[in-house]
Amino acid sequence: MSSVETIIRENKSKGVDTLIGYFPAGYPTLEASVEACVAMCEAGVDVLELGIPYSDPVMDGLVIQQATEVSLATGFKIREISKIIKAIRQRVDTPILVMSYWNPIIQYGVKQLAEDLVSAGAQGMITPDLIPDEAAEWLQISDEYDLDRVFMATPSSSTERLAKAANSSRGFVYGVSTMGITGTREDLDAKARAVVSGVRDSRTSTPVCVGIGISTAEQVSEVNSYADGAIVGSAIIKAYNEAGIDGLVNCVRQLKTGK
Amino acid sequence: MSEKPVLSSQNGPYFGQFGGRFVPESLIAALDELDETYQAAKTDPAFIAELSELNRTYVGRPSQITEVPKFASLAGDIRVFLKREDLNHTGSHKINNVLGQALLAKRMGKKRIIAETGAGQHGVASATAAALFGLECVVYMGEIDTKRQALNVARMKLLGAEVVPVVTGSKTLKDAINEALRDWVTNVTSTHYLLGTVAGPHPFPTMVRDFHSVIGHEAKAQLQAEHSLIPDVVAACVGGGSNAIGIFHAFLDDPVRLWGFEAAGDGIETGRHAATLSEGKVGVLHGAKSFILQDEDGQTIESHSISAGLDYPGVGPEHAWLKDIARAEYFGITDDEAMQALKALAETEGIIAAIETAHALAGIIKFGSSLKPGSSILLNLSGRGDKDMETVGKYFGFIGDTNE
Repeated sequence: MSSVETIIRENKSKGVDTLIGYFPAGYPTLEASVEACVAMCEAGVDVLELGIPYSDPVMDGLVIQQATEVSLATGFKIREISKIIKAIRQRVDTPILVMSYWNPIIQYGVKQLAEDLVSAGAQGMITPDLIPDEAAEWLQISDEYDLDRVFMATPSSSTERLAKAANSSRGFVYGVSTMGITGTREDLDAKARAVVSGVRDSRTSTPVCVGIGISTAEQVSEVNSYADGAIVGSAIIKAYNEAGIDGLVNCVRQLKTGK
Repeated sequence: MSEKPVLSSQNGPYFGQFGGRFVPESLIAALDELDETYQAAKTDPAFIAELSELNRTYVGRPSQITEVPKFASLAGDIRVFLKREDLNHTGSHKINNVLGQALLAKRMGKKRIIAETGAGQHGVASATAAALFGLECVVYMGEIDTKRQALNVARMKLLGAEVVPVVTGSKTLKDAINEALRDWVTNVTSTHYLLGTVAGPHPFPTMVRDFHSVIGHEAKAQLQAEHSLIPDVVAACVGGGSNAIGIFHAFLDDPVRLWGFEAAGDGIETGRHAATLSEGKVGVLHGAKSFILQDEDGQTIESHSISAGLDYPGVGPEHAWLKDIARAEYFGITDDEAMQALKALAETEGIIAAIETAHALAGIIKFGSSLKPGSSILLNLSGRGDKDMETVGKYFGFIGDTNE
């Protein structure tokens, strides 16, 4: 079983909330992003979502857009993703999923990236603009290299498509909480519950974690009451922007434990 | 000899290896709904009748064919015929697609449309349709473009649209599309994204092409009826590629050369250009696989052109396919070549073309002499140049630079 799925299931059986935290590679510099990621893992994220910056991130709100623009402006290159993963892996065991839009991956080479992820010690990829229907190459290569692959299930997805997203995913399926892009929101949609129950109705065994708009400990705990985990990005980056590593660590601890 | 495949019957989602739907799952339901609505509408006599009546009484179709012998003589012993899309209501071909999609938005019960715009032509056309049909309209436009196309911003506002300047990324058309996609992901149930070119995820490239294919079908019949000829070459400028595919499509299976002219900006060799088909590599941008200006990491490279409407680092997937199978030929035209051609048409024929369109005019001057004497070229005069008078005036020194 995927190590990501194992951790999510163990947390569930122990009654512990699962927190998946996003941070962009190379933000604000390569070294600083390694420090931030290690600090997030040590502070309690169960799975690290490591973003590959992209010039045209259509699923991302301003906070992540601005962070990834900084990373690209300071010269981030995809070939450095292995180096970043290895540096994090030397210090923590937290599973790492790389999050990337599809074009950078196909330019680098899907197979090449899969090889690099395995040898660097990452567990798989989250692909926000790749639907299972267009993913034949990735489905095959992720099987070959035993990597997790996370597709999206959304409030607008048909029953059939929810099942397709869940059954195509490994590790977990990304339940999109609301119709929108990343960023913090005060009220989480009731739609998130519907997405989760829709995925469950498809009788998949894949865990479903919920993301988009989650920024508070209350939301993390609420989401964990009906789903298998909560995914947070913008709120963590905001905390880091405001108060550096300390801000980020406090934010993650609070999200994870509510304290 | 094997039967020649019927090129004009390709209806996506793929054109060869190009096209597809590389978008967030959140948009799939809306794309499916749009595709179903369009498939039903295109064979519905009521829809066809309503659109063709609008085309006749509101747009002014059929647009006329004008032969321009004095301009043609600049390119040698050839004949040049202009398809006058500049004479359409709102001043460009863009209205053809906008009316079709606005009718579909009504059919889907969507009361809000959003659009991206570069030069502002598509934004103006969208704002016009919104006013006509009583829809709310938001137009995303790169901040740089809002400045160089200020007149069109004023037109859109006058028509009741909200114009949102986009300040992220390169602040041009590509970023306006990103922002429109973000809006659509958020408001997809109430909103139709009225995409203005033959790019984007399926069904946009096919549907937008179909709404513009009236250009080529009319022109083909007009040339036959009025001049008893089939053109040797059909030519158009290419940014995203909507006016070009609109005039090419009727000729795809005919023995006619297809020439597309894209923006070479300061010159291909300077790297400051928008010549996607000449210089791009295969990748995914804005929902479709096509040629893209990108670095080795797949990061989009900012394009450059004096023409806001051609300043786009991607291109429609059907053009990528037509290039790949060598059915159409694509060439780069520099800013200066385009501006000189714009001036030449104005001086020789009394027609002021849009800077976008001027790239095709320049292509005729540049390559027309390579044709056999007596050859004929059909050129899509896709838009008029009124919106460009500030740029043109400064370029030729007719208007002093206010910063001086």
